[in-house]
Formats: sequence, structure tokens, C-alpha cells
Amino acid sequence: MTADPNSPDVEPIPPGAPSPGRAVLDAHLVVDRGTFRLDLPLTIRPGEVVALLGPNGAGKTTALRALAGLLPLTDGHLSLAGRHLDHPGRRIWTPTEQRPIGVVFQDYLLFPHLTALDNVAFGPRRQGLDRQRARQRAADWLVRVGLADHARRKPRQLSGGQAQRVALARALAVDPALLLLDEPLAALDARTRLDTRARLQHHLAGHAGATLLVTHDPIDAVVLADRLVIIEHGQVVQEGDVATVTAQPRTDYVARLVGLNLYRGHADGHLVLITDGFTLVTNDRQHGDVFVAFAPSAVALHPHRPEGSPRNTWPATVAGVQRHGDNLRVQLDGRVTVAADITPAAAAHLRLTPGQTLWVAVKAAETRVYPAAAAATNAGVG
Amino acid sequence: MTTRRLALFAALLTVALTGCGGGETTDARPPGGAVTGDVTVLAAASLTESFTRIGEDFEAANPGVRVTFSFAGSSALANQINQGAPADVFASASPANMTTVIDAGNGDGNPRVFVRNQLVIAVPDGNPGGVNGLADLAQPGVKVALCAEQVPCGAAAARALDAAGTKLTPVTLEQDVKAALSKVRLGEVDTALVYRSDVRAADDDVDGIEFPESAGAVNDYPIVVLRNAPNQPAALAFVEHVLSGPGQAVLAAAGFQAP
Amino acid sequence: MPQPDKVAVAPARSAPSPRSRRTGQVPVALLLPAAIGLLFLLLPLAGLLIRTPWSTLPQRLTEPGVLTALRLSVQAATLATLLCLVLGVPLAWLLARVDFPGRRLVRALVTVPLVLPPVVGGVALLLVFGRRGILGGWLDSTFGVTLPFTTAGVVLAEAFVAMPFLVIAVEGALRGADVRYEEAAATLGAGRWTTFTHVTLPLVAPGIAAGAVLCWARALGEFGATITFAGNFPGRTQTMPLAVYLALETDLEAAIVLSLVLLTVSVVILASLRDRWLGSS
Repeated sequence: MTADPNSPDVEPIPPGAPSPGRAVLDAHLVVDRGTFRLDLPLTIRPGEVVALLGPNGAGKTTALRALAGLLPLTDGHLSLAGRHLDHPGRRIWTPTEQRPIGVVFQDYLLFPHLTALDNVAFGPRRQGLDRQRARQRAADWLVRVGLADHARRKPRQLSGGQAQRVALARALAVDPALLLLDEPLAALDARTRLDTRARLQHHLAGHAGATLLVTHDPIDAVVLADRLVIIEHGQVVQEGDVATVTAQPRTDYVARLVGLNLYRGHADGHLVLITDGFTLVTNDRQHGDVFVAFAPSAVALHPHRPEGSPRNTWPATVAGVQRHGDNLRVQLDGRVTVAADITPAAAAHLRLTPGQTLWVAVKAAETRVYPAAAAATNAGVG
Repeated sequence: MTTRRLALFAALLTVALTGCGGGETTDARPPGGAVTGDVTVLAAASLTESFTRIGEDFEAANPGVRVTFSFAGSSALANQINQGAPADVFASASPANMTTVIDAGNGDGNPRVFVRNQLVIAVPDGNPGGVNGLADLAQPGVKVALCAEQVPCGAAAARALDAAGTKLTPVTLEQDVKAALSKVRLGEVDTALVYRSDVRAADDDVDGIEFPESAGAVNDYPIVVLRNAPNQPAALAFVEHVLSGPGQAVLAAAGFQAP
Repeated sequence: MPQPDKVAVAPARSAPSPRSRRTGQVPVALLLPAAIGLLFLLLPLAGLLIRTPWSTLPQRLTEPGVLTALRLSVQAATLATLLCLVLGVPLAWLLARVDFPGRRLVRALVTVPLVLPPVVGGVALLLVFGRRGILGGWLDSTFGVTLPFTTAGVVLAEAFVAMPFLVIAVEGALRGADVRYEEAAATLGAGRWTTFTHVTLPLVAPGIAAGAVLCWARALGEFGATITFAGNFPGRTQTMPLAVYLALETDLEAAIVLSLVLLTVSVVILASLRDRWLGSS
């Protein structure tokens, strides 16, 4: 099945697909697994870090395994650094070991019987370097990740953060055209994660190839990635640079991810009709189908109907209260569901109890309104 | 070999069963002189076919008697008797194993030789090795199986070869006569020295060749009633039956010689 | 979890395991049958020791046949174990890692020598490798190789009976091993063979060692298949169990001495291997 990987053919670009441009990775990943179908167009430019975000079961792992060659595509195509690696339509298939990739697995999967040095040297050895040179390259990489004095240690003698850095060195030591990171920080405790994330950011910035970061942690994505691709149920629901996606979520999942209240409605000037009889007043002027987003911190809660400035007020009942940083996040039901962040002092003043009825107030100036019609960078939202 | 192990197991089982229930049913001599009850016979493996037949005849002649056999290697049986196995009769394939039992004081009266067995040269059907006499066994390229000298047929073979002045190197020294014979049957060896009765009992795929030197290595089979026999009357009757005309006829048909 | 860069080498065994702190609480319902089980295994051994003729032991041990049979036993069992490793580890890998039709049937067939009476196994081997066997005739006429009644035959018979122990142990180890390590090796450019030799084998090494030890022990004690297939000839095919069996025919004490020698050698070798290979895990 391994067809000529040096085939000079260039895949004809399907209409509507993103232009590969100078992309290192040019792929349209289609994997059918019974009831689940992944359909993910994906291009990554050299040096670019793309974060693939999505809830559990969205297809992130499937996409990563397909890219790594641990799972064959059922349709679509995958080419990397000009080589066709997987193209079922043309019966092209390249096994994992022949792909110019590096993978950092969620729990690192460092070989337990090898030292840190030999773990990192494993890839270079397979690329044909003799033992001496492979170890030299591995030693260089350990220096780069700051673990030169841990070279002789076995994985079980490394802390979580150290193991993560060895895993990163091991993946980068083969100089991959595509670096795949599978939840690279998920196995670390909060304190180690902060430090490791910073180091990871540094190394990703130095990586000349493409990087795909699979994560469900929006902070990892925001800190490490240049661009976000968000999938749900195997489909892209939103894609774009970090600023755009965080400011203008287009699904409930993304809104929760970036911590915004999100509503879809029909705008007519400054008024947006959300549901039957419920209207929000906004500063932005829009017409047609729109999203309205505002932060939980922009929501004020009152024991009685407030008088005066806020244009948007409605009654709601307390559904739940959680800690959120130094504040409390209050979930409220009513004509629409809404999250509000309030200080503990305010909470004490309100004597919050579940089922209690409060008045919600949102200033028009705190809302953002943007069209719901799919833009070029935004794949369709239902 | 399998039969041997199975027989061993059966012997143990028999021992266990008769040991438990023997007291009620044995030692009953009803009016008229006929014997009844269970009688347990430990007999050499080479007697399997003929003693089974004799046992049926004995039961037919004495309604109310049930004969239970345990066939195994004579030395194993001798060990069992000396370890206290409750049995009535011991029929050994060699005087040596009988001596072990008598010396331990486990015999009741003197053992009597009831039959003799003679070695023959066993060859597979068609005789591919071209063996016609004892001297041919020493020919290069002829594969010979003998019994190990520790077992009766091996001792007899050694005597016969000595008597003939034949020296040979067998490919294997089998643990009993049936094992040696099965190597012949399977064609793994060209020939083996086994008892005539074993060749007779085997199927048509083994032929026996008589050789004069075997006269110097005849094996006596002694039989004895055991001292602790639970059913002594029936045991005595059985031994008499073996030595009688009908018993000897069955043994002769099986290839044994009269003593 | 401790801070990343300040963690010293932390030996996994430095902390007392939770189990060791609970020795005082072994339930009687477990302890009693365990003790009876141990007695059941050890009492026959004690029986042998009681009946051992200690006074004549030295001269019996120096009889030439004893050393010959012992050496042959150890050599044959070791060669049989090597044969089982060469053939059994790949077989275990196939059963554990490759999904092929009829895999369950093959797995069941692998265990046949476990349930087959060894003597029947010996006959079966004769029917295949014997002079008139399916392969034996061809081997003889083509290469002049005959296996029955040779030391090679002993090795073959022992390997036949002992291989299931190795295959089952190694397959279990392979199934327990995380296949994702093999995937990680592939992403680093290792093909299936390199992955097998450089990653899979080291990962399941303890399982292979355990299987090899079991396999060796079974081969050392093998009797039925050996005497049936390879026969019994001192110095060539007479291993210790065969010598013990024949000694039983005439001399119980000689048989006991031979058994003791076999037991001692195997216990010493197994105990030292267990410490070296299996550690105290």
C-alpha cells in the first residue's frame, strides 16, 4: 500500500478548501467509525502552532492518530512537507514509522527501560545515526530542555515536569515536519504546569515545522497556539486566531471555553430578539442573524428590580454557585440561562440560596454583537 | 506405558475401595463348598489379557464371586503389597519381585510357579531390518530396543545375549516390555527382545521369531496368596483355578509355557 | 506531586508498601488453607528426606551414572528452554498482537500439550518425527537426521511439553504491556521488528523470564514424552526422571537419592534465577 512518497504530484485543491499556500501540513482528515465521523480540513504553515480544541468525544484524538498514521483515513487526504502520506482515493498509505512526525503523548510514554538520554536518542538512531552521534544529538536536546544532568536517569526517576520535557526533546530530536502534542500538560499538577507551559512555549517558538496541539484546556491553547481550530462531533465549529475566537465565540461550547455568555438572535438596530418576547439592548448596531456575547463579570445581580441605567434587566432563579478564581460564578435560570461573576461580599449581601429569585442586569455597553452568518474563516454553525 | 500408569492408578483406587468395604462381604463360605465375595488379584502387566479371561471363567464357575484385577509392573505391585495394600493374590512376572514380598513376610505359604515365559525376537510386520536370528541384532544399522536390566524382560534379555555371546548396543533401554514392543510396532526400531506372550497379544503388525538361546533365559511367573488376604478362601480357589487345566489352557493360548 | 526540578532520585521501594504494614491482619480463612496447601506441597518432600539413606549417600552420589544423567538433564532442559524461547516468544507475540482469523482456536491448540498425557505426546511426536513419521522419514532421507533415541530427541520432547508454559506466560505479559509504547516507537521511526526487539521485548522481559523459568522446570522434570519419543539410554537420552523411574524398579533408596539430586539442583537454580531475573517484585 505504500505508494511513492516522493510523488511529485500536487493534490488538486478541492473547491472551497483552504488554500494550502506554503502549508507544511495540508490535510482533509475523514475518518468513519460507525456512528462517528470526523471531517476535518486542516492546514498548518511552517512554524505555526495550531490548537485543536473540543469537548471529549469531539474527535481530537482520532485526528491526532490519523495524522500520526496510527489510524488510516477513510477518505480525504493528508500530505506533509510535500509528501502524500495518506490518500485512500489513490491507495496511498505511509506507515507511522515513515512519517516525518514527532509526538508528545499525554502521559509521555517514555520507554521505562531506557535512560532519558537513550529515550531521546531512540529516534535519531532509527534515522540511521550511529550510537555515538545519536547520543550526541540526544545530549544536545537534553541541554536545550535543561535536563543535561538527568541524562542517565530512568523515566521512573523523573518528576512529571521533567518527563514531559524529555518527551518533548524525544519528539523534537527527529526534527519532525509536524509536531503533535496530545494534551501535553494534562498530567501535570497546576504548579508544575505553569512552569512547563512557559518552557513549552519557548520550544514551540523555536520549532521550524508545523505544530498541532490537541487540548481541552483553553489556557494551553491561548498561551501556546497561534490559531485555534475547534471541533465538535467531528466537525469544525469555529476556527481563527486566538483574539477573534475568544472575543466572538460561535457555539455554547466555545463560549463556555472562553468564559462568555452567548446568545443567538435576530438583530434590528440596537435590539436583538433572543427568544419569543425576550430582547436584549446592545450598543452595537446590527441587522439579521447575530450572536450576542458578554462576560459573566458584566452581569450584576440585584435582590429587587434595579432602577436607572441598565437597559437589560430580567428576573432569574439561582441554579448553582461555584468558586471561580477569587469570585463566585452564579448560574441562573430564567427566560435565558446566564452566568454571573460576583464577589464573595456581594454574595453575602444577596444571601444566595438555590432557587432564590434575583434580578439580572447587563449594561448595553458590555455586550458584543457580531453576525452569525459564517465568515470565510468560520465553518458553519448549525 | 499408559496402561501401566492407568493400572497403577486403578490399583490404588481398588486398594482404597476394598480397604473400606472388604469386611462385610468377604470370608463367606456358604454351605456346599463354593466361594463367594470379592477377590482382589494384583498381577503382572504381561498377564493382562490372559488373567482377564481366567477371571471371567472363574466367576462363571463360582457364582457370587467377583474378581478385581490390578495390572501393573511386578515391582510396583510388590511395593504396594509391602506398603500394606489389602489384596488377596499376587502374580509376579519374576521371582525377584516375589522374593521381595515373601521376604517381607507378606506371603501365605510358598509361591508356586504357574507359568513360564520365553523371549522372542519381535520384528515389525514385513521385517524391514531383515532380522532372522539373535546374531542379526548385532549387525550395524539394525536398531534394537531392549528392556532396561532393572525390569524382568531386560534381565532375561541380558542372560540370553550372554548365553549367545552376542554383544550389541541398543538404541534404547525401555522401562517395560510393552514399551519395547510399541517401539517395534511404530517401526522406530527394527527389533526388540520381548516375551512371546506379548507378541501373541499384539496385533498382526508384530511378528515373533523364536531363537534357541532364549532357552537359557526363561522367566518363571510365581503366584501366591497373600498373608493378609481379606478373602482367603476365594484367593486359594483362584490360585487353584490358575493352576488347573482350564486356566493353563488360557495361558498357553496366550503364548505362555507350562512350568 | 513534588516540584519538578528538586526531585532527587526517588527509589520506588524506599517507602514501606501498604501491604507490609498489614501483616498482622491476615484473615484465618485465608491463612489456614494457605498453610494446609503449603504442607500438602512440602510433606511429600519431607517423606523423601526421611527415607534418604544418608549413610550411603556420598558413595551413591559419586556413582558415574548419576552425574551423567544430571548433566544430560540440565543440558537438555536448557536447550529445550532456548528452543521454546526462539519459537515461543514470536508465537506469543502473534497471539497477543496480531488479529487473525481463528486466533482463539490457535490459542486453545497451543495449550494442548498441557492436557495431553505426556506419553501420548511422545507417541504423537514419534508419528511425526519418527522413522516412519510424516516429517521424520523426509528428514532422514534428505538430511540423514534421526531424532528418536538421540539427545536432540530429548530436547524436542521436553520442548513440546514445556512450550505452552512459556507461550502462556509471555502472551499474558504482552497483553498486559501497554501497546502505546509500541505506537510511540513507531512515531519515532521504528518499524515493527525494531519495535519488537527494542521496546516490546524489554518491556515484557520479566514475563519472558518467568515463562522461561517455568518452562525450564517443566522440561527438567519431563518423563513421559521423553521416554516414549527419545527412549532411555544412559548418557544419551537417560535424563534424571528416567533414571529415577528405572531405579524404582529395583532399588527404592537409589530412586530417592536421584530424586533428591534433581530436586536440589532445580531448587538452587530456580531460586538464584528468580532473584536475578525477577527481582523481588
